[in-house]
Amino acid sequence: MIETPANPNDFARRLLRRLKGRRRPEAEDGLGISEPGTISPFWVIVQKEFGDHMRSWRFGILIGIIALACIGSIYAAVTALKDGVKTQDTDTSFLFLQMFTASDGTLPAFSTFVSFLGPLMGIALGFDAINSERGKGTLSRLLSQPIYRDDFIRAKFTASLLLIAVVLFALGLLVMGLGLFTIGYPPTPEEVLRVVLFLLVGVIYVGFWLNLSMLLSIRFRQAATSALSGIALWIFFSVFYGMIASMIDKATMPPETSALDILLRHADRMLLLNRLSPAYLFSETTGTLLTPGIRSLGPLTTEQVVGAIASPLPLGQSLLLCWPQLVGLLAATMICFGLSYALFMRQEVRSRS
Amino acid sequence: MAMPQSQPALPDETSPVIELSRLTKRYDGQTAVSGLNLSIAKGEIFGLLGPNGAGKTTTILMMLGLTEPTSGRVRVCGLDPTRQPLQVKRRVGYMPDDIGFYEDRTALDNLLFTARLNRIAPAAARAQAAELLERVGLSDALSKKVGAFSRGMRQRLGIADVLIKRPEIIILDEPTLGIDPEGVRDLLRLIQDLSRKEGLTVLLSSHHLHQVQQICDRVGLFVRGELIASGDVASLALQLDDDRAVTVELEVSGWNAALGEQLAALEGVLVYSSTMGTSAGDGAIRVTLRCDRDLTTTAARTVIESGANLHAVQRKQYGLDDIYHRYFEGGGPVDRNAGKS
Repeated sequence: MIETPANPNDFARRLLRRLKGRRRPEAEDGLGISEPGTISPFWVIVQKEFGDHMRSWRFGILIGIIALACIGSIYAAVTALKDGVKTQDTDTSFLFLQMFTASDGTLPAFSTFVSFLGPLMGIALGFDAINSERGKGTLSRLLSQPIYRDDFIRAKFTASLLLIAVVLFALGLLVMGLGLFTIGYPPTPEEVLRVVLFLLVGVIYVGFWLNLSMLLSIRFRQAATSALSGIALWIFFSVFYGMIASMIDKATMPPETSALDILLRHADRMLLLNRLSPAYLFSETTGTLLTPGIRSLGPLTTEQVVGAIASPLPLGQSLLLCWPQLVGLLAATMICFGLSYALFMRQEVRSRS
Repeated sequence: MAMPQSQPALPDETSPVIELSRLTKRYDGQTAVSGLNLSIAKGEIFGLLGPNGAGKTTTILMMLGLTEPTSGRVRVCGLDPTRQPLQVKRRVGYMPDDIGFYEDRTALDNLLFTARLNRIAPAAARAQAAELLERVGLSDALSKKVGAFSRGMRQRLGIADVLIKRPEIIILDEPTLGIDPEGVRDLLRLIQDLSRKEGLTVLLSSHHLHQVQQICDRVGLFVRGELIASGDVASLALQLDDDRAVTVELEVSGWNAALGEQLAALEGVLVYSSTMGTSAGDGAIRVTLRCDRDLTTTAARTVIESGANLHAVQRKQYGLDDIYHRYFEGGGPVDRNAGKS
């Protein structure tokens, strides 16, 4: 019925087989008439949603924008790296990772693009997830089928998240491949792992925005309202939040001659304020993962640095460093999901209202 | 969502498949359904009749477990829809009043999607979908996108969609809304056919009395959240007609005042009135008698015995229509002259 590429279908089937043992056995026993060889309604919806997204214009346009941006960023990175290598001022350790972070100044780096355009993708895939079904009158028809209500939103979320994962990993691997071609510098296993982790974090980050936009799509009955509020939040966090934070920073800055602990406390507060923004959390996390040289995300005093050897951190330590940020991102995602869950379960399902 | 493993009650012929008792639903202060008692037997076509906002849809949603009742008990096939929603939804096919499909997919795709949600094996689903589309007369629109469907086609596709899961009960919310009269007739015939041939229990809600009258075994009249009467159409009229009056109309020529007095004096006549000029020609008069029992023969005999010419006799009884109007408009007693002949 749905011509999705074989790959996600297979993936779904495999995942299903693994989950089948645990997933709601009572639902299957109680009904007793489910035929063998049929997949659970959850995955039926996931497949359909995935197919719908793949065929939609919206997705085509989005992937076009993101792919173009990525090609641009690779070009910028490659020129930057070549110039840097020529003039000997580039640190040649972890050269491969610089594919994702370096830029010659004309275009932002790949990681910046992901942090900026990723939310757009999440919002675009989620803003009309529930309210369009409601508006089309398919929601009440769907929910009168033998499926759980939460299956429906979970399936919607899973399908979009799978799609996001496929896109991000495809782009990331493309960048790696192109990088291999152009700079001819093979990555070490650790570098590959770091890139994969970076992409995973990217999926979580975009997943947060997806969840947020789905929450809005449950809350608002009009798709346009939820899209606009989603985009407003996105612009607020990726553009204005930083400005507001720096404004507050300037306004509350203690004089430079103050005691160290006052300065430190102020810095910590500002950091906390910044970290309320998921975009900031994401940039910290990716920064740590892609730049092994980053040793701390907070302020460091000269005392603390004394005696430290300026060497890159091993992967485990980098992970440890950005772990709180990662947990923060996950928590934000969970909160959004919990809210949408609570809202949706309590909503009454009438046709087109 | 832990589910108690109580087995559904065995579907024997006598026990009702749908049973509502003292069902109440309140929306912040406003009562949508109050103290509803209703039971529907297997194989029955039950019409839920009522004006917009009477609580029909809310009742249906509670039967499906899509809305939780404030108080009261719902049993569908012996199951509680709030506690065992999946089993209930498996057995009940529901067609919402404004049914929507995935517009950019074909009719067949939409049906197959529903079939897959009901865990019907792909091959069986395909065969069944083709058969159902044939049955509802959409077999030539099989691979047409639903976006291009007319209202009537959608409604028929809706019926196919409801049937593909092989339900025991089908609930149709305003199935005839917005279809032309011809389409309504076809649709109702289809529903009746299904119920008779496959023993399906059908619950349909409507605000069109005539449509409901055509096919329903029993009708429940629903006003402001309360079921004010239920039964077959004849008994419904009986239940609601409080004074059981009969109106007799006579067209008489060769009229004289003595006859008028004679008629008015007949035992059982409550109100007597007459108007000049009828279709029977000049000099004819139309006499209307409201009686507490059927006095048609007596009145006719009186006229003939007096030597006047009797052109027409008509007995009017309180129609369901009038009752319906009375409750819909919330007005007082209906003018009996507008009654159904």
